[in-house]
This record gives sequence, C-alpha cells and structure tokens, in this order.
Amino acid sequence: MNEILRFEHVFLNYHSLQGETPAISDLSFSVREGEFVSVIGPSGCGKTTLLSLISGLMPASSGKIVLDGDPVTKPSASISYMLQRDQLFPWRSIYKNVTLGLEIKHIKTPDHLARIEDLLKKYGLWEFRNARPRQLSGGMRQRAALIRTLALDPRILLLDEPFSALDYQTRLSVCDDVAAIIASEQKTAVLVTHDISEAISMSDRIFVLSRRPATLKNIYETGLKDFGPPLKRREHPSFPVLFEKIYREIRDDETKEKAKL
Amino acid sequence: MRQKKKPSSEQHEKFLKGIRKKKTLVTCLRVLLLVFLLGLWELCAFFNLIDTYITSSPSRIFATIGELIREWDLFTHAGITLLETLEGFFLSMLIGTGAAILLWSFDTLWKVLEPYIVVLNSLPKIALGPVIIIWCGTGTKSIVVMAILICVIITLLNMLTAFRSCEEEKILLLRSMGANKFQILVKLVLPASLPSFISVLKINVGMAWVGTIMGEYLVSRAGLGYLISYGGTVLNLDMVMASTVVLCFLAAAMYACVALLEKLVRRRD
Ligand SMILES: Nc1ncnc2c1ncn2[C@@H]1O[C@H](COP(=O)(O)OP(=O)(O)OP(=O)(O)O)[C@@H](O)[C@H]1O
Ligand SMILES: [Mg+2]
Repeated sequence: MNEILRFEHVFLNYHSLQGETPAISDLSFSVREGEFVSVIGPSGCGKTTLLSLISGLMPASSGKIVLDGDPVTKPSASISYMLQRDQLFPWRSIYKNVTLGLEIKHIKTPDHLARIEDLLKKYGLWEFRNARPRQLSGGMRQRAALIRTLALDPRILLLDEPFSALDYQTRLSVCDDVAAIIASEQKTAVLVTHDISEAISMSDRIFVLSRRPATLKNIYETGLKDFGPPLKRREHPSFPVLFEKIYREIRDDETKEKAKL
Repeated sequence: MRQKKKPSSEQHEKFLKGIRKKKTLVTCLRVLLLVFLLGLWELCAFFNLIDTYITSSPSRIFATIGELIREWDLFTHAGITLLETLEGFFLSMLIGTGAAILLWSFDTLWKVLEPYIVVLNSLPKIALGPVIIIWCGTGTKSIVVMAILICVIITLLNMLTAFRSCEEEKILLLRSMGANKFQILVKLVLPASLPSFISVLKINVGMAWVGTIMGEYLVSRAGLGYLISYGGTVLNLDMVMASTVVLCFLAAAMYACVALLEKLVRRRD
C-alpha cells in the first residue's frame, strides 16, 4: 500500500509568557493509505497537538510533515478533523450541521448533497435530519459528527477521542458503527484515545507515545484486521496479550514519572 | 420540533392542573396587590391622611391624564419620547455590535482601545451633558446622543465578551474545514452570540429610557421627560405622576416586545 502521510523528525514547542513548552519531540513515522492507526499515550502528552499538526492548523517548530508527497502548510481538503466532543452547532438542524463543510467550501452541489443524503440514510439519521442536536442521543450525535467529517470526502480522518463523552455500552456500539463506516468508505484514519482496548479493537497499528514531550515509544501491529468488527476482535486470543503489553508500557512510563517526583 | 401530544395519565393531568392553579393564583395576587396599594393610597387621600398636594392620588392622576390628553397633547409628547428612545435603542445596538465585531476582528485595535473604553464605561454619562448640548444643540439630536452614550459602551463590552467566549474548539473545527475569519464570524460567532444579544437588548430597553429622559431633562421642549421636569418645576405633582405612569406603560410595552423576541429565539434551539 502507498504511503499517504509521513512525519520526519517533527518537533513542536508551545510558546507562552510563562515559557516554552515542548509538546512533541523528534516524531517520525508514516501512515499507509487505508490504514487505521491509533495513537495512545498519557494525558497531556501531546496527542491533540499531533492531530493539529497533521491537519495543518499550526506549523511544526521544525521537521517535515508530508501529505501525499506535499508538505503540509495549511488545512488541506484531503483531511477531515473530528474533534474531542461532537461540536455540533446547537442552532442548526442535523442536516445543516453535516453540510457545514460544504457551505464553508461553497460546494453544495447536487453531487455532494446526494452523497450526504446517502450517508444519512445509511447510518440511520435521515429521519432526524431536521432535528436539533440536543434531541439526539449521544451515539447519534457522534454519528452525525462523523458524517459531517466524511461529508467533504476526505482521504484521511483524524479522530480525537471521539467516544470519550459516551457511556460504556454506547461506546462499544458506536465503535462498531464508526469502524464499519470508515472501512466501507475506505478511509485512512488516525484515532487518538486513552482506552487501550479501544485502540486494539479498532486499529491496524498502535502508536504508543511517551509522556510530554511526546516521542514515539513503540508501534504495535494488532493483526486483527480481518477478524470482524471491533466488538468481536475483543474476543480474539491475542487481544489480552497485546493489552497486557501496552498496559505495561504505559504503566512503566507512569511509575517512572512518579519516581521522579 | 414540537413533541407529539401523548395521551397523558391522570397523574400528569393533576400535575398540570396544579401548575395552572398556581399560575392563576400568582396573577390574582399581583392584581390584588396593585388594587390594594392604589386603594390604600386613594383612601388615605380621601380622608386627608396625606397631603395630595405632594403625593397626588390615583383618581387625580387618572383625571390629570385626561387633562393632559386634552390640553397638553399628551400623545404627541409620549410619541416624541418613544421615538427618541427607539432611535437611541436601535442606533446604540447597531453601533455597539458593529464596533464589537470590528474589535473582535482586530485584536490589536482592542488592546489599544481597551483602557479608553473602560474609562468611558465608568464615566457617568450625564457629566457629558453640557458637551453634548454644545456640540449637538438643544434639540432631539442631543437627546438621542445621550441615549446612545448610555447604551453603546455596555453593548460593545457585552457583545465583545460574548464573541470571545465562543468555544475555541468550534473555531478549530471551522478552520480545519478551511474557513476564513469572515466565515467563522458569520457561521459561528454571531449565531452563538444571539442569546447574549437578546440579553443586551433587555438591558438596553431600560437604559435607552434612562438616556432619553435624562436628555429631555437637559434640553427638551417636548416629551414626557419635559412634562415631568416642567411639572416638578411648577410643583404640579399630578402632572409629574401622570406622566410617569404613561412612561411606565411605554417602557413595559417595549420590554414585552423584547421578551416576545426572546421567546421566538429560544424556539430556535
Ligand atoms: N495553546 C497552548 N499553549 C501552551 N501549551 C499548550 C497549548 N496547547 C497545549 N499545550 C500543552 O501541550 C501539552 C500537550 O497538549 P495536548 O492537548 O496535545 O495533549 P493531549 O495528549 O491531547 O491531552 P489530553 O489527553 O488531555 O487530551 C499539554 O501539556 C498542554 O498543557
Ligand atoms: Mg487531547
């Protein structure tokens, strides 16, 4: 498969009056087209920062980020970013929410609208297109946010803890939905999460980051791609083994952190 | 979307009935309170327990209103004041919100102007009365300017705060879609600030009347403020009270309009 995204020795420092905060340090990796990658790491280590860099919302302090052979300098049409929490606009109907991106880009063409209609129908939101976000359940809102993300037909989806606002039951089923949607639309995805099981059950590869400033500690191949939907993958014998490995890796990091204090 | 009416249980009926009952009770008590106070006032006046020369009385106020209509052209005065207030109200909303948009768009401009705006805000505007008269003359213009001065700074500051409290993540979302600053303003910041706009409207309904009446005290030859200050000068308390009552009704009507608008907006989301 072709490489779609590449980081080469990327650093990022935040500047504020209090000083300089290194958030990302010497990060290099590449993501292949159609791959589902999870990024996991301790709280505040720089995961959201990583997605912001990929999406071109801010420039790296140094290093190179390459998307499809071109350096990333500004938000690109081939990337869609789904932020932490659904961020639906409460005063817009679901339909108006999912077409927001088309409005911004002035591409509300019949083609694109037909695609949105398709997506809404396929994922059970068509009947609710005129409802306001607050009238929908958490899971439905998350699906609406995902459709808004897919509406611009991006090649890469960036998902920042998209399920953290959901209760456990809903979370499991929305995970399945989202994985199915992304697989059937054949997108590349980068998912940020705190949840190790979620990372294992959803992705092809898992990037484990160190605490801040984030460096890449390890990459795990799950090898569960052809083993059905995420919920089913949790039953695979290699699941607990992998879980244990990653859990230890992150815990060791945290113990070291405590020992330092 | 309104919910479909379900056949409600007896218990729910009872609950609704209780609520309605309480609402009726509150309305009745309100009216009774007014009737009681007015009655007490009238009785005290009738039995000469109070000096109506300085307190007036409901019946005299009522009679004076009739007199004012016949001999003083009350409606014209009320109309003039209402017009001035509306003018001050709308202009200050327009100028205040416009300036807030400008200051939101150009952060440096805000940083530069902030201390001046804060000082202007805490300045008692009435102190500018003489300056306004010298600059704008002794006509309607000065009155409207006074009303605008009173409303505009508070509008600006409130709207700017509303604009800036817009969720950073929603802005990031739009930026990741490739939105420019103008699109962020129109698609997100303005609609998100609508509730604040309504509450500023509500504050300004009161403030615009303050400004207008203050302006009329200062300069005018007409309007309710003029009637009140004239009545005060010639110690005609009936005239003062009657004009104040009319003022009350006008202000209440304007407030009701804004409240209605708020209800419509609430239905939006
Ligand atoms: N705009 C900013 N200015 C200064 N420091 C920042 C800024 N944004 C983030 N940081 C700091 O950079 C570090 C990484 O932030 P980031 O949001 O990327 O972490 P995260 O891994 O997404 O955290 P979480 O797990 O809580 O979502 C944090 O320590 C944070 O305090
Ligand atoms: Mg984060």
